[in-house]
Amino acid sequence: MSRIGVLVCHCGENIGRTVDCASVARALGDLPGVAHAADYKYMCSDPGQLLVKQAIAEKKLDGVVVAACSPRMHEKTFRRACASAGMNAFLCEMANIREHCSWIHESRGDATEKAIALARAIVEKVKRNQPLSPIRIPIERRALVIGGGIAGIQAALDIAEGGREVVLVEKEPSIGGHMSQLSETFPTLDCSQCILTPRMVEAYQHPGIKLLAYSEVESVSGYIGNFEVKVRRKARSVDETRCNGCGECQAACPNKKIPSEFEQGLGKRSAIYVPFPQAVPNIPVIDRAHCALFRGRAKGLKKDACSKCKEACGRQAVDFDQQDTFTTVKVGAVVVATGYQLYSVGKQQPSDKLKGYGEYGYGTIPDVIDGLQFERLASASGPTGGKILRPSDGKEPKKIVFLQCIGSRDPAKGIEYCSKVCCMYVAKHTMLYRHKVHDGKAYVFYMDVRAAGKGYEEFARRAVEEEGAIYLRGRVSKLERTGNAIKVHGFDTLSGRPMVIDADMVVLATAMRPQPGIEALAQKLSVSCDGHGFINEAHPKLRPVETNTAGVFVAGACQAPRDIPDSVAMASGAASKVLGLFSNEELERDPTVAVVDETGCAGCFHCERVCPYGAVERKEIKDRKGVLLKVVATVNKGVCQGCGTCQATCPSKNVELQGFTDEQIFAAISAL
Amino acid sequence: MVSEVASGAKAEFEPKIVAFVCNWCTYTGADLAGTSRLQMAPNVRVVRLPCTGRIDPLFITKAFEGGADGVIVSGCHPADCHYTAGNYHARRRFAIFRDLLDFMGVDVRRTTFSWVSASEGGKWRDVVNDTTARVKQLGPFAEYQGLSVAPPPARSQAPASGEWESSPRGRDTP
Repeated sequence: MSRIGVLVCHCGENIGRTVDCASVARALGDLPGVAHAADYKYMCSDPGQLLVKQAIAEKKLDGVVVAACSPRMHEKTFRRACASAGMNAFLCEMANIREHCSWIHESRGDATEKAIALARAIVEKVKRNQPLSPIRIPIERRALVIGGGIAGIQAALDIAEGGREVVLVEKEPSIGGHMSQLSETFPTLDCSQCILTPRMVEAYQHPGIKLLAYSEVESVSGYIGNFEVKVRRKARSVDETRCNGCGECQAACPNKKIPSEFEQGLGKRSAIYVPFPQAVPNIPVIDRAHCALFRGRAKGLKKDACSKCKEACGRQAVDFDQQDTFTTVKVGAVVVATGYQLYSVGKQQPSDKLKGYGEYGYGTIPDVIDGLQFERLASASGPTGGKILRPSDGKEPKKIVFLQCIGSRDPAKGIEYCSKVCCMYVAKHTMLYRHKVHDGKAYVFYMDVRAAGKGYEEFARRAVEEEGAIYLRGRVSKLERTGNAIKVHGFDTLSGRPMVIDADMVVLATAMRPQPGIEALAQKLSVSCDGHGFINEAHPKLRPVETNTAGVFVAGACQAPRDIPDSVAMASGAASKVLGLFSNEELERDPTVAVVDETGCAGCFHCERVCPYGAVERKEIKDRKGVLLKVVATVNKGVCQGCGTCQATCPSKNVELQGFTDEQIFAAISAL
Repeated sequence: MVSEVASGAKAEFEPKIVAFVCNWCTYTGADLAGTSRLQMAPNVRVVRLPCTGRIDPLFITKAFEGGADGVIVSGCHPADCHYTAGNYHARRRFAIFRDLLDFMGVDVRRTTFSWVSASEGGKWRDVVNDTTARVKQLGPFAEYQGLSVAPPPARSQAPASGEWESSPRGRDTP
């Protein structure tokens, strides 16, 4: 016979007002197997917890039911109290008679009756509870950071500075991300490259960081503390160990007309190229889609069409036969920092949900550009050497119209959210423009100016009050090319008048979207994305850098639109979470995991198919002579998260979720 | 006068409804309903499980057998499952199980399958109230009662346990 103790809490008046706690305790005290029943005003207080401990010692209890608030609130508290009294913590459970009873019912009779039933069900369950002990798993104390933008670099540096190894994977030939494309940054107008490139070099040279540039995550298996990640190292066609970054190959390449991705199409590059002069690592890559040699090979030409770069290379680093290779790294934690892409404004859209802005003529009117293109024009290292010149005729624009919220806050075009950074960078753009073209006029069509951040509001005001930007509250319906100018048809809602501006150039502040391929990556990592593809954090307020998969953390604009300070703060937050995890040699986990009864398992592996985590493995049972008897399922306790889908699926009921076994639940149902 | 009201209230059938909910969405949503003091019918009793994927169809038959007049199954919305896919498995399972229930003679209107997220306390109240009202209209579900080998709530009135064990299962339906 069990010896269960039932402790009913009044929660001051919260439960006691509608539930007659004394009669709940009396009714439960009469149940078979209940050795002790009492009620108390505040069970979670120190004296209340002392009552629990005393009851365990004096009545020699082998199970405790606390009928009080939600187990989400105080289960840990009472389990800890029970453990300190020498009882196994998992023999203590809570019946929720506050959130699920006293707070939602008015009739004292009904509430009391329901409270008795709820507590009775838990008593029956606890009678069948087994003592469990937390699972311990060793931790591989090395981290993987996916994405080498400012967030990824910051996370990698912080973890490496904390004394743990980092593998930094970047899909582009160079790290640096979007921040390396920016000219100056708000609200201080620091030169972006000047503050970023030292960090890039630091990350590259740090003995604790292994940089895998031009690489992508191919597959991920394992679980917190023990991930195994396969990384595809894309073929650069250049031997990284031989190349010294002299640049002779680029000079020799005859095809120099390829639109540069780094310059947002405003500049050109060769087929063998380094994305930008400060690239880290400073090793070129051959763009096989544009290289004459590879195009020839793809067409089946016997003779190589060109090998000028190879001939120019003094170190024999160019290798046309290089193939993709794979490396496997074992890591204990993953930081996802894949960043963003801009909403593409044209008619071509990646999904039906996104509508684009055909009416703005982006792509057909050459002088309609997006924010990142303006950054390149304004950048000293950009295609114009820092001069603001029109892409169409290279003339200095005297009138620029900036349009905010292109894509953002526009559900009709598929995105409801605010991209957060555009108000600030448009203000910055107007300033950069006015600093370079003193007689130029900058107009801004805006919906609201959202300048929340340290020094941000002051910065945005400065654009208007000191730099003379003209802010017009309203939207633009159409952009039209008339001769050399662009007719901007807008509406100023504050004066209530339609506005037509003949602009020389229009800059669209387009929305931030997650990187393409984020959903596939999220699937590899078993983390979820929101409707837009941004990675979901574990809790929007209290766990902003964790994901729902233990050991996978998130930083920067892959989680939501973020500016640089936010991304860096998030990256440091994620890094500190990783270091916190790595400060343990072993990991302690809740033992709510599935266990297979191997004697009964028939080896149908339905459980293997339904397990969302791949926690079910196959195990061969052999006799003493080594003859195979059967293959059964076995659950990897480190991987299992305890959903119990396997148990509900098992036809022979030979897998059980500890803490939620069929026996326990049937007993609880029957007692309700 | 008072006694009339009391007897009138007594005459109304108060169903017992068992709810199987997942820990992460609906249980938390029900907690939120409590925290927000949303008043609702007292007929629903919640069984907390880690995930709707854990809910075995047998739990539902067991609940009916144990005297429940209705059953609610509720978990995370599609794509919101804490365990990525448990709710999808549950959805497929219960889409089929409803037909079986119907075949077994259980009016499927006694069952409610819904998604209630952790932020939908109001929706949880509606699910509870709607199900209670519907089951009230359908009346008590007595067909399965007595099938149980040992129904614990009525233990004191039940015959001696020896008789329960010796009587063949299913024969002693009243």
